[in-house]
Amino acid sequence: MSEAVLSEALPQATAPRDAMAVAQKIVPWALLGLAIVAPWLLSTYDLNLLARFMAMAILALGLVLIWGHGGILSLGHGVFFGLGGYALAMHMKLVDLPQGEIPDFMLWSGREALPWWWEPFASPWFAVAALLIVPALLAGLFCWAVFHRRVGGTYFALISQALALAFATLLISRQDVTGGFNGLTQFSSLFGFGLTRPSVVFGLYWITLALLCLAFLGLKLLLGSRFGVLLRATRDGENRMRFLGYSPTPIKVAAFTLSALLAALAGALFTLHAGVISPAMVGVVPSIEMVIWVAVGGRYSLAGAIVGALLINIARDRVSSAFPELWLYLMGLLFIVVVTLMPRGLAGATTALIEKVRGR
Amino acid sequence: MDSAALLLPQLFNGLSVASLYLLAAVGLALSFGLMRVINMAHGEMLMLGGYLAWLTLMVVPGGFGIIAALPVAFLGTAAIGALVHMGLIRRLADRPLDTLLATWGLSLILQQAARDLFGPIGVEVRAPDWLSGSFTLAGVVIPSARLLIIVMTILVLGGIAALLDRTRVGLDIRAVNQDRMMASATGINVRAVELIVFCVGSGVAGVAGVLLALLGPVTPNAGQVYIVPAFLVVVMGGLGSLTGTSVAALILGLFTALAQIFVDVSIAQMLMLVLVILFLQVRPQGVVAVRSRALDV
Repeated sequence: MSEAVLSEALPQATAPRDAMAVAQKIVPWALLGLAIVAPWLLSTYDLNLLARFMAMAILALGLVLIWGHGGILSLGHGVFFGLGGYALAMHMKLVDLPQGEIPDFMLWSGREALPWWWEPFASPWFAVAALLIVPALLAGLFCWAVFHRRVGGTYFALISQALALAFATLLISRQDVTGGFNGLTQFSSLFGFGLTRPSVVFGLYWITLALLCLAFLGLKLLLGSRFGVLLRATRDGENRMRFLGYSPTPIKVAAFTLSALLAALAGALFTLHAGVISPAMVGVVPSIEMVIWVAVGGRYSLAGAIVGALLINIARDRVSSAFPELWLYLMGLLFIVVVTLMPRGLAGATTALIEKVRGR
Repeated sequence: MDSAALLLPQLFNGLSVASLYLLAAVGLALSFGLMRVINMAHGEMLMLGGYLAWLTLMVVPGGFGIIAALPVAFLGTAAIGALVHMGLIRRLADRPLDTLLATWGLSLILQQAARDLFGPIGVEVRAPDWLSGSFTLAGVVIPSARLLIIVMTILVLGGIAALLDRTRVGLDIRAVNQDRMMASATGINVRAVELIVFCVGSGVAGVAGVLLALLGPVTPNAGQVYIVPAFLVVVMGGLGSLTGTSVAALILGLFTALAQIFVDVSIAQMLMLVLVILFLQVRPQGVVAVRSRALDV
């Protein structure tokens, strides 16, 4: 049964003469090879950008899981991205401080002592554990509270957007403990490694790439497994699942929590590469923009999500620095056109193209 | 400070906030009841209403320009609502989540267009003299502009209730709301009904935009402040019910205003979200539920 579902995602490559099939096999490996040697090909600036965008692609993979295969539209994933980023950033703010001092922004807002909940973040291991556990707990609790009462669909999207708004507003208003609008920035080291050393920059890039590949493969296995079938079945007929004796809530909660975990990991990696995390990256607008990466790439396709996240972010970097006004029009048009005319995104268009070539 | 002295003005303040939530949410709720879709560009209808008020005041100066602005904003935003419905919403029938995303794209475009046309810092709609003052009632200082907001909301609500209960169109709307297929089978033009509801809802948001302009400058993202609470009102209110939406707006408006006596605005916003989630634990179907034998409502 699961094979039947999988075959939709993996068109059979049987005919050896078929150039398309060969290309399909070669292209991903060639891209991966390029990605591995990228540190020697790109400037430090471009490498840093690529690493940031790869971190975001990890989040996009999580959205394929819940939106494409689970039918759950989250407009609040910036929250989990932000929690991951802030948890790591808090540690990196503390690690450079001499004994007994508090971060500069706290001094500026007139605080004299570190808040108690900041203190454990002095330990890197605590920070790493917290950056995964806190978002996962919040996500699990939040979506369970909504889903177990059979509230879903549009309602869930609107509630998750309200969560993103509340989170960003809270961060901005509590300037003395969160850094306010400017967020947290100026980090120098993690686990004793200086973040500006070239070897560390390369290493962090490869770690990001490795985690992206790991997330991709893990989700690919998961979507092909029995769980993937149950998730898609819940998406297509939640009540039918109930009649068949399954409870849809645990399935949806598990998928949502996992995607929040990926978002948190993405947020932490992004913060490392960008050197900053601020409310501007976690609120309503960034949260919904994350969805458009996946919409462009193709909501059902993991590979599509990676391509979409990279493409949109590269385009944004190029266009928005030159014509900031144009970018918002472009973004708006992209939402409308992709969603109305090509709901399967680039991945769907590619598959259609391959089928067409094969059909001849 | 005497807490009672703080309570009454905040209560009044809460009523006016609730009124704005309600005006912003009623169009969303009615069309959600009919079509199961939310228009994310609805907040921009408030913004457009504000700019239309500003434009009207340039043509009709004097004390009663703001009164003239109300029908102008209603008709203007209703017309734009018609375009949105015919050009976008109708094409996405049966894809509610995609409608959210596509209309969000529209909202980005409208905001940027407003920024390019009217400037990023916004325009000021000066309240006429008879609205800019305040008067004292039972020891409470009541700003006239906020009183106008409450009065207008009651009038608009009464108008919509009359439309739904007393007219032929209202009968059709209620029929489609209850059972779309059956209504269609009895010869009701479902698409026309949807269009009318969408236009009226957009128009009401435009009126809300005029009233909002009395409280502060009209900026390109003026609608964003009220739209997320309005979404929560829809979630809490129940499907397409005017009573449910009104009660939900009242609860959330008063709750935020009263919460602000004790905590700051950002915490109040967080508490509002928690309140809605807790409310859904008790009544997931909303304040008022439309009785139905359908499994998938």
